[in-house]
Amino acid sequence: MKLTRQNVAQIAHLARLEIGPEELDGVVEKLGRIVEFVDQLQLADTSAVTPMAHPMDMSQRLRADTVTEADHRDLYQQNSAAVADGLYTVPRVIE
Amino acid sequence: MTWETVIGLEVHAQLATRSKIFSGSATAYGAEPNTQASLVDLGYPGVLPVLNGEVVRMAALFGLAIGATVARRSVFARKNYFYPDLPKGYQISQYELPIVHDGHITIELDGGATKAVHVIRAHLEEDAGKSLHEHFAGLTGLDLNRAGTPLLEIVSAPDLRSAQEAVAYMKKVHQLVRYLGICDGNMQEGSFRCDANVSVRRAGTEPLGTRTESKNLNSFRFLERAILFEVQRQIEVLESGGRVVQETRLYDPDRDETRPMRSKEEANDYRYFPDPDLLPVVLDDAYIDAVRRLLPELPDARRERWTRDFGLKADAAEVLAADPEVATLFDSLARESGQPVAAANTLQSQLFSLFGAERTPARVNVPATAAILRLVADGSIARSSAKELIEEFAFSSAAPDLQQLVAQRGLKQISDTGALEGIVADVLAANPLQVEQYRAGQTKVLGFLVGQIMKASGGKANPAQVNELLKMKL
Repeated sequence: MKLTRQNVAQIAHLARLEIGPEELDGVVEKLGRIVEFVDQLQLADTSAVTPMAHPMDMSQRLRADTVTEADHRDLYQQNSAAVADGLYTVPRVIE
Repeated sequence: MTWETVIGLEVHAQLATRSKIFSGSATAYGAEPNTQASLVDLGYPGVLPVLNGEVVRMAALFGLAIGATVARRSVFARKNYFYPDLPKGYQISQYELPIVHDGHITIELDGGATKAVHVIRAHLEEDAGKSLHEHFAGLTGLDLNRAGTPLLEIVSAPDLRSAQEAVAYMKKVHQLVRYLGICDGNMQEGSFRCDANVSVRRAGTEPLGTRTESKNLNSFRFLERAILFEVQRQIEVLESGGRVVQETRLYDPDRDETRPMRSKEEANDYRYFPDPDLLPVVLDDAYIDAVRRLLPELPDARRERWTRDFGLKADAAEVLAADPEVATLFDSLARESGQPVAAANTLQSQLFSLFGAERTPARVNVPATAAILRLVADGSIARSSAKELIEEFAFSSAAPDLQQLVAQRGLKQISDTGALEGIVADVLAANPLQVEQYRAGQTKVLGFLVGQIMKASGGKANPAQVNELLKMKL
């Protein structure tokens, strides 16, 4: 697969990364090399290999359904840029 | 031109756990904003999710109840998008390997036919927080108490062909999750909601039309209205030569219409990938067998048993099976009284109207109510007396001495033939015209005469015996 400027601009937008027009060609080229490497990997026949979801060969531990967290709202909200009436506030977003 | 409607539903059932899916925060509804949002729920760096075992058990239970495959191995994935109510920038969900796949849910159609709806998959995921747009000018307030609440998303195949079928399916899922005790089903609080994928195609053609997705329908009525609107809209677009745009829409109950929610250039591209913070969930046969043993008797099985063993009519069985609390109450009453039909009638004609916020089916005094039903069955008291006693004791915590009460209040039904014969003779003597009519073949007047005798006995005559005596005397 060959990456285009449009691909990269779209991915950058989805990831909320700002890539200026002057940077774009460079990113297309560098990212393109990684994608080419993936193309090479895809030449290997993996039809008999179970897809790996995680590099650790273990399964998920389950925890008991108990409430262990106390209310630390005031403490946590000290890290926030803006709060009001117990709510975190952000510039208005509306569908 | 005739059009066929094609609908698939994604039902979101909030799992009734005490704590969240990946953190130890409480899930209680209605708490002060952000008092149940921990560092994990807030998406702080350096924290790790730890899976709640109860959500796995609940999902497996649902899978077994719909005859689905419970995956021996399932994987959590990140669904990436930016919205302020999702602080991590991704929602933990399941994508390629969901915990449940390929089951079915049977719905009843008009005329007694049934239809098996294919459930493609049911996967676990976390809910997002809540955005409040109305509180502050120019700002959106965020309450992240709901962030990380466990959801089971139940995805049907596009097997539904009308709004009516879609509602029947949603109701069936609602009933099922409540029977299983995995979701409280509270639609006002958003514990149970659905998205409807709707398209239309020319009748008799195979390929599916372009679909739209109407989001967050939190009542059966809104589901029905949204589908009806959407079908009409799509047909109008197509018949005027236009094309349906694949998009997400929102149903507005005030205007009874759907409208586009997200703009096209933000077409969903979630870039799912396995979440490296969570390991695959592996369930062995022993685990699944243990969950299978927890399966309660499901609504369809109950209805079948009641019609078969108790001789209930199909519609009565359906009404009583609708709600798991009512169903359990009916079974206890039927068992304790030995009078299933009388128990069914009492529930429908009397107890239903008494139920309320405090007077729930679970609080009915079963021993007392069953004892009252037995008194009717053995002829000791009349139905009207039973009704009064039930009114008085159905929700009391007392264990009344019914024999004594019946004696004290003079409720004992007159089944003594001698005493009844006297009353019957008096009534016949007082109503010669009706007696004449009856003998001339107008059998309808029998009801009138029975009524007079009941009245004369103060409601205490045994109606069956009165009928018998009357027919003998006439």
